[in-house]
Amino acid sequence: MEAVTFENVKFIYREDDPAYAVNGVSLSIGEGQFVAVLGRNGSGKSTLAKLINALLTPTEGKVTVFGMDTADAKQTFEIRKSAGMVFQNPDNQTVASIVEDDVAFGPENIGVPREEIGKRIDFALDAVGMQAFRHSTPSRLSGGQKQRIAIAGVLAIMPKIMILDESTAMLDPKGRREVMDVIKKLNKDRGMTVILITHFMEEALEADRAIVMHRGEVVMDAAPEEVFSRSEELEAYNLTLPRAAYISKKLAEGGMPVKGAFNAEELAEEICASLQKI
Amino acid sequence: MLNDVTFGQYYPTKSFVHNMDPRAKIVFIIAYIVAIFLADNFFALAAVTLFLIVAVLFSRVPFGRVLRSVKMILFLIIFTAILNLFFYSSSEELHMIWEWKFISVSWEAIINMIFLAFRLFLLVMGTSILTLTTTPVALTDGIESLLTPLKWIRLPVHELALIMSIALRFIPTLMDETNRIVAAQKARGANFETGGLIKRAKAVVPILIPLLVSAFRRAEDLGDAMDARCYSGAKGRTKYKKLTFTWRDLIGLLLFAALIAGVVLLNTYLGGKFEIIGYFVK
Amino acid sequence: MRIVAKDLTYTYNPKSPFASQALKGVDIVIEEGEFFGIIGHTGSGKSTFVQHLNALIKLTGGSLTVGDYDLSDKKCKFLELRSKVGMVFQYPEYQLFAETVEKDVMFGLKNFHKGMAEEEMKAAVKEAIGRVDLDYEDVKDKSPFELSGGQRRRVAIAGVIVTRPEILILDEPAAGLDPLGKKEIMQLLHAIHGSWCKTVVIVSHDMDEIAENCTRAAVFSEGKVVMEDTPAEIFKRSDELISLGLDIPVTAKCARVMKERGIEIDTDFTCDDFIAKTLALWKGQGGGNAQ
Repeated sequence: MEAVTFENVKFIYREDDPAYAVNGVSLSIGEGQFVAVLGRNGSGKSTLAKLINALLTPTEGKVTVFGMDTADAKQTFEIRKSAGMVFQNPDNQTVASIVEDDVAFGPENIGVPREEIGKRIDFALDAVGMQAFRHSTPSRLSGGQKQRIAIAGVLAIMPKIMILDESTAMLDPKGRREVMDVIKKLNKDRGMTVILITHFMEEALEADRAIVMHRGEVVMDAAPEEVFSRSEELEAYNLTLPRAAYISKKLAEGGMPVKGAFNAEELAEEICASLQKI
Repeated sequence: MLNDVTFGQYYPTKSFVHNMDPRAKIVFIIAYIVAIFLADNFFALAAVTLFLIVAVLFSRVPFGRVLRSVKMILFLIIFTAILNLFFYSSSEELHMIWEWKFISVSWEAIINMIFLAFRLFLLVMGTSILTLTTTPVALTDGIESLLTPLKWIRLPVHELALIMSIALRFIPTLMDETNRIVAAQKARGANFETGGLIKRAKAVVPILIPLLVSAFRRAEDLGDAMDARCYSGAKGRTKYKKLTFTWRDLIGLLLFAALIAGVVLLNTYLGGKFEIIGYFVK
Repeated sequence: MRIVAKDLTYTYNPKSPFASQALKGVDIVIEEGEFFGIIGHTGSGKSTFVQHLNALIKLTGGSLTVGDYDLSDKKCKFLELRSKVGMVFQYPEYQLFAETVEKDVMFGLKNFHKGMAEEEMKAAVKEAIGRVDLDYEDVKDKSPFELSGGQRRRVAIAGVIVTRPEILILDEPAAGLDPLGKKEIMQLLHAIHGSWCKTVVIVSHDMDEIAENCTRAAVFSEGKVVMEDTPAEIFKRSDELISLGLDIPVTAKCARVMKERGIEIDTDFTCDDFIAKTLALWKGQGGGNAQ
């Protein structure tokens, strides 16, 4: 069964808004996929994310999570149990002043028995590498650490889908790296379906699939390498290439026989190869 | 800076008092307050003080750290003490020292002042031991648990406790935010230090509005985050931390029972606080 | 105005259990006219340092002069200094408060130039809003909260440059923006550097941003300046940066791998220069002649 499906979904925040925030989106995401959703601010990508776990319900069309219709209020609880979500601001997601109490919040809400909650906290904190901070105060942690706690708080509910709504946007490079490492591991080792909303092009390269949103519509949907090879199209949607891809493109335009590279290592590889060919 | 120094009192260390059940601690603090106001002569007050010292020792919080909380209300203590010194009146006849129009100083007033100031001092010291040794979460859990009987009169105990815990959790965040906004407006030439009352009140607007806007934004985010983590009120909810009553709490309880009994005994057998005057004046 | 700091030290919450020394002897010189970059981890002391420059943090150890202002002098005119050293904090859009964009931008003027005529102020505001590439007539009567995130950030920058500071300091000016928004903000800062503010200082985590934009930069680590040079020289020492746990630009990463393969490239690590030098290297070896 598909993890998530969208069938011609439209969404509008207020009736008098001039345009749909999400405008006729159809797509499906298989279980275990790692999908990056790209787009400028205001392109509808965050709205798309919130439609998945029933924080928003479609104005038109239908969204399902493992076959459950998000518009059906009776299913909301089950949908949120299977599709967890981490948000942008690391300061606005914790409810408790102690890490373990915060991670316990989700399991408490869904009525997990006490002994089991302890095990789940262990599991979740281990998965994000934050066991050592179990008794710390979130407000004293770094941004990256706070987001890992937020991820642990979601993991403790044992969802099958993890949605990250620009969860790396406010972090420094180190924090971003920490969060990306955690979610990559969750996807690889546990088969977790990951939906990563981001505007860092480099992060999209870590995914299996990249979806580009523009004015509420899905305008590109392919492997990240393919998306970044269509640079003119990307430009039209006001997105930029990852820097390494930009350099390799310019080198090719200058006549050098380099193939498209997506990170520094690949780029160096290509440059060395073409220099040594001579 | 407005940092954790003044709030978020919790002093992290391991101690007998830290490990006590928060409910027991809350009950103790209530008993302690009762004892303070029951104590009616110097011996009884000394007994309470002795108890306080023992509690501080067992909490392993440095004495200076506890004293700091008194510093914050020192002004209040001095102010009420002075009022009491000059304006004390009683239906009994007073041993006057000095009089001028409606202001007077009597032996009774001096003793009353000392009592009052000392009681306030003990009160603040005791309550800060509670907040220094108990995390905000444990404190709210304790309060929630103690208030549980009130569920019968339909008081939303769980929601109240959650609100309190979230409020405590956001205090450091909003303090940081306030610092940032103050710095940003100062960089734009804002002046919060000088000027009359109205001017200063007006100067607060550029801080207050961004702070409110931010608080609303945070509340909205938090609401979404709680929804996403399946929050739906107290129904069907379990609790990870069970409060457990142990031998520590029992020892504490017994000691407190002894304290109250002691204070009452001392009060009865050693007379009222003014009897000491007899030693000074005839 | 030239910035000279000597042996600057600072401790937060001194004499308390929370005491932490943020600056442990900072020496730095920022010349007039530079586009200066400040690099370092969160907690490396860089934010504490920049807040000294307009006396938001009072000098407690060492010496600091900004132009003719000696910040160790208690009689230093701090308010005047603040009008000459503008500071844009991280996410500055969250400090907006007035009912209209025009009033918000005017806030600084009103504080610094108490006697200025209303007309004169309005003219200055109009110019500042124009300078950040917003349409004055369109936005002046709008509430700042009606604008988009990117527009709000521009309004906040206008609110700082409106007093024509000689030095403009920005903490992570592009944080949280999408790639195009980032590019636009950096272009805007270059335009301001050329016309309004003689010196621009940016604090940034983004090494590509530093490589592309700065004339010189300083690397902060654990309360000290460990490097102070042009980006070209700093990024030549990539190994040191990596051992400090810092990032390096994509161009420098690429150059490192190439060096391991025995190919050296002499670049200043900007994208354009890297491309040009690589192509030159290739052509120099006879590349492209075969076709």
